[in-house]
Amino acid sequence: MECLVGMQCNDFVMVAADMTAARSILVKKSDHKKYLKLSDKLLMAVTGESGDTNQFSEYVAKNIMLYKMRNGYELSPAAAASFTRRNLAGYLRSRTPYHVNLLVAGYDDESGKPELYYMDYLASMAKLPYASHGYGGSFTTSILDRHFRPDMTRAQAYALMIECVKEVQKRLIINLPNFSVTVIDKEGIVDMEPITQAVIANQATA
Amino acid sequence: MSGYDRAITMFSPDGHLFQVEYAQEAVKKGSTAVGVRGNNVVVLGVEKKAVAKLQEDRTVRKICQLDDHVLMAFAGLTADARVLIKQARVECQSHKLTVEDPVTLEYITRYVASLKQRYTQSNGRRPFGISCLITGFDNDKTPRLYQTDPSGTYHEWKANAIGRNAKTVREFLEKNYTPENVATEEQTVKLAIKALLEVVQSGGKNLEVAIMREDSKLSMLEVSEIEKVVAVVEKEKEEEAATKKKESKSEAK
Repeated sequence: MECLVGMQCNDFVMVAADMTAARSILVKKSDHKKYLKLSDKLLMAVTGESGDTNQFSEYVAKNIMLYKMRNGYELSPAAAASFTRRNLAGYLRSRTPYHVNLLVAGYDDESGKPELYYMDYLASMAKLPYASHGYGGSFTTSILDRHFRPDMTRAQAYALMIECVKEVQKRLIINLPNFSVTVIDKEGIVDMEPITQAVIANQATA
Repeated sequence: MSGYDRAITMFSPDGHLFQVEYAQEAVKKGSTAVGVRGNNVVVLGVEKKAVAKLQEDRTVRKICQLDDHVLMAFAGLTADARVLIKQARVECQSHKLTVEDPVTLEYITRYVASLKQRYTQSNGRRPFGISCLITGFDNDKTPRLYQTDPSGTYHEWKANAIGRNAKTVREFLEKNYTPENVATEEQTVKLAIKALLEVVQSGGKNLEVAIMREDSKLSMLEVSEIEKVVAVVEKEKEEEAATKKKESKSEAK
C-alpha cells in the first residue's frame, strides 16, 4: 500500500515516499513524512508495520549519532547501511522481529559519491542505482528501467519522479495523492517540493 | 585515622568518607581546567600537559563533546573520565530517543553526579577520581556551567576552575568576573585565558580552548588564535605593571 522510490545519480540521490498514513479504510493523514534524517548526509525512508517504522528508524538514528559523539566522525553510508541491516537481521529470528522495508540514501564525503541501499524486512540488502518498495514499486521499476540515466540533473530526476508517481496513481488501486521528495548531495539533505495533484497538473501544462 | 580510610563504605568516627576525600586529592593533581559562562557563549580552557617528544599530541584530549550542545572538561584520572564520558554519551542519545528532546545541562550533570555517588556507596569499587566541568546550552538557549566532584555533588557556577592550583584561578575569577566582562564572545575567551595564565606557563602551546555558541556550534581555538589573545593579555599586564610603578614612584616623591 505504501510506496518508496529512490534513484542515485552521479552527484545526488533522490528519494520519494508517499505521504498517506492509513488504517484499514481510514486515511489518517495525507501529509505524513515517511523518512528520517539519520545524520547530516544520511536519510532513511521507511515503510511497513506501523510503530515498528518509528521505533526502528529512531533507534538507528540515535545509534548513528552516538557513533559520531564517541568517535568524532560520522559513519559512512555503507557502514550505516551495514549497521542497519545487521540490526534487522539480529531481530529477525527473535520473538520480536521488525517488519520494516527501507531505503537508506546518503552521500559519502570520502569517496565523493552518493549511495542508495535497498533493504527489506528479511534483512536483505542491495546497493542499487534505483530501487523501490511496495506494490507501486513494481510500476516504478519499469519506468526507471526505461528512462533512468545516471547523468540526470536534479530537475530531470524530479521530472522522472513525477512520471513514476503518475504511473503509480494511474495503475495502483490504492489512491496515493502525495509524494514527498528529498535530495541528498554533498551539501546535505534538501526537501524538494512534494509531488501533489497541483504539481502534476502544473507540469502537464508547463 | 587508620582503619577508616580503607573501605569506601565506612564512615570515620568524625563523619568523613576518607576514600572520597582522597579522590578529591587525586583531582587536585590533575592539570587545571577552567570554565566561564558568558552572555551568549560558554568557554572551557584546559592546561595541556607537556607531551613526551615521541608522543602524538592529538591523542591527549581533555575537552570532550557529550552531545551537540554539551561540552565537558575534567581534571583527575583520565581513565576514569573515559568511563564516565562513555556512559554520559549513551545517556544523551537515550534521552533523545525516549523523550524526543535533547538533555538539559542539569539533567546530564545530575546523571553524571548520580553515577559518581553510586560508586561512593557500594563496596568493592572506589570512587571516580575526577571532577568535571559540564557546560553548554539548554533548549531555550540559556548558557549553563556545572561542576561535579568525586563525592557526587554538583553545583551551577558562573565561572569555576578545577585541578591543580584551582584555588588561585577561582580567586582570580572571583575578582574579575563581572557581567560586563563576559558580554561578548571575545571578552569571555579573554577572561578564560587570562584566568588560566595565572597558573599555566604562558604560551598558546600549553592551552586548549573550546568555545560553544548559542547555535550549538563548537569551535576549538587554533594555537595561533590562542597566542594572539595571550599576547594581548601579556601586553595589558605589562602596561598595568608600568602604570603601577609610575604611581608608586610619584607617591614616593
